[in-house]
Amino acid sequence: MSDAAARVPARFSSQARPALLNVLQVGLPAIALLVMLAIIFSIRPAAMSYFGVHLLFKLSVPLVFAALAQMMVIMLGDIDLSNGAFVGLITCVTALYLSDAPAFAVLCYLVLVAAYAGFGLLIHSRQLPSIIVTLGMSFIWLGMAVILLPAPGGSAPAWLAAFMSWQPPLMPLSIWLALLAALAGHLVISRSSYGAVLRGAGGNPRAVERAGWSVIGIRVAVYAAAGVLACLAGLTLTGLTTSGDANVAPAYTLLGVGAVILGGGSFTGGVVSPVGTVIGALTLSLAGSLLSFLQVPPTWQIGAQGVILFLVLAGRVLLSERTR
Amino acid sequence: MSRTRMTGRAWLTAALLSCTAFATTGAQADDGVAKGDTSGKKIAFSNSYAGNSFRQVMIKSFEEMGAKAVADKQVAATAVVSSNNSVTEQASQIENLILQGYDAIIVLAGSDTALNGAIKDACNAGITVVAFASGVTEPCAYVVDYNLDSYAKAELDFISGKLGDKPANVLEIRGMAGDGFDKRLHEGFVKAMKDHPSYKPVGEVYGQWTATVAQKEVSGILPSLPQVDAVLTQGGDGYGAAQAFKAANRPLPIIIMGNRQDELALWKQEHDASGYQTFSLGATPSVSQVAFWVAQQILAGKQVPKFVEVPLLQINQPDLDAWLKTVPEGGVVNAEYPQELVAKIIDANVKKEPLPGVPAPK
Repeated sequence: MSDAAARVPARFSSQARPALLNVLQVGLPAIALLVMLAIIFSIRPAAMSYFGVHLLFKLSVPLVFAALAQMMVIMLGDIDLSNGAFVGLITCVTALYLSDAPAFAVLCYLVLVAAYAGFGLLIHSRQLPSIIVTLGMSFIWLGMAVILLPAPGGSAPAWLAAFMSWQPPLMPLSIWLALLAALAGHLVISRSSYGAVLRGAGGNPRAVERAGWSVIGIRVAVYAAAGVLACLAGLTLTGLTTSGDANVAPAYTLLGVGAVILGGGSFTGGVVSPVGTVIGALTLSLAGSLLSFLQVPPTWQIGAQGVILFLVLAGRVLLSERTR
Repeated sequence: MSRTRMTGRAWLTAALLSCTAFATTGAQADDGVAKGDTSGKKIAFSNSYAGNSFRQVMIKSFEEMGAKAVADKQVAATAVVSSNNSVTEQASQIENLILQGYDAIIVLAGSDTALNGAIKDACNAGITVVAFASGVTEPCAYVVDYNLDSYAKAELDFISGKLGDKPANVLEIRGMAGDGFDKRLHEGFVKAMKDHPSYKPVGEVYGQWTATVAQKEVSGILPSLPQVDAVLTQGGDGYGAAQAFKAANRPLPIIIMGNRQDELALWKQEHDASGYQTFSLGATPSVSQVAFWVAQQILAGKQVPKFVEVPLLQINQPDLDAWLKTVPEGGVVNAEYPQELVAKIIDANVKKEPLPGVPAPK
């Protein structure tokens, strides 16, 4: 807690140190990612190919978007427990309507994103704890999804499934999408002046308000952006699984939080790194794969995944103590 | 149907060609165990959940059979991966199994549809996928499952063997309202009742597959019922139903049992006391072994239909004592499915003959 508080002013005071800090924050999960990849490649050299990387990272695409959605909310100092259920709802809408009634599906997305923004407004205007409101929202999303699609089914539009299995030149699609998402996030959140205002709205809302910005407007916009990113997660997930399922992604909620924190974010608000979040999401999705390559017995796998997460996080804390 | 059979045949031709090219013994599409060489093949089990006793027994059955097959040089290696009820994790685990070079993957799917993408990837990589005890919809996968319609049919056939075509009153104990498994079993009941027009359903209760709930529910409905001649169950509820009849001082009707230890013990006790006769049937956790051998037999070049029906485990009066000895207190009957038995099951499926029963323990 104390180091995060100390880091926020450090960010604004000097030019050289935040850059170094940024690199180190992003660097640690990146190193963890590379180590895991090296272990997998040494166990199974065949994985070191276009096809191998394609299979390894295929299912990380939706998690990357879900983690970025979570990052937007954490940037405001809130937390979103409805993220995974919302992604499940989007897969149901997509599998049911997008191929036969695309206009209606898009309308559904817009209404759902608006609802997301509305909840952001509610949290701000009534000063409610986001953890309670989003927990409630998660049941609303799940309930709607189960009403729409009581049993898993439906089918993804052919173009969506084809896009997700498309094999672009040079690198697998998952890597391209991760790079694009990281780059876009970096430019908007970390580099642009509006990004600084957005982060400020989480770190020090009073100062931002005094500078003439509408904090309500910012919060609504950020929640809407989180909704859009979660929609992308649901769309890509539907393309991968080719069907809708209300219970497909509850794990995304906490994996997303893990990715944000792993990537250098902080619960205090204002401190997030899009590049780090993307790398964190890739690391977390690879952690499960690593364990099955190491043939860890099934009963140990869940615990072992936690140990990996703990080790990387502990390394990050130690590192940021050092750089201070 | 005809389309899936066609693809099955096309696949078989390819398998035959490759097997005759590489294996010395060649492949056999005939009856019995296919002897194609699978000693270099690896089979993995992707399991959606490992957190209850049924699944634990299921994993153990697979591991034991796998270890035996490795020792007998029938396969090179087996592995089990479980996801914690997370479908996306199970999908990525299947992608990993593809990369790890397994030749066959048996899948107990956490979702009927959400693994379709990953299963398709596995098929495209030339891997044999056998889904069992779940309705995976991807057409390239082989499916090993029970025919739930046969459950009520077997129950009613037994009853008509005892009572003949005389008019009889039947009480149905169902599982849980709104449950998919219960719905399928009930549909089978409705279908099977059409073949026995003289039987009249007089009541229907939800016993939640639990002795205590079934006892309470049956006790509640009994005063309103005429004489009951037979009770149809879904397993786990037979003991409670019997207790309800006893408590109401009514004669015990034919209550079909569901392979639970308490049910078999009660049946034996009543049989010893008064010659009471019934029979018992149910699913077995070791269905994972059936999926394992089906996968091995496909790799060995056997002709296997896309849907392989597994027989329910039936216990008849002569075998009651032998089975009862094998069940732990409070447990469910489990059985071993050796390779020859699974080959017979596959043959019966191909020829559309009655499925072989699971032999009683010695």
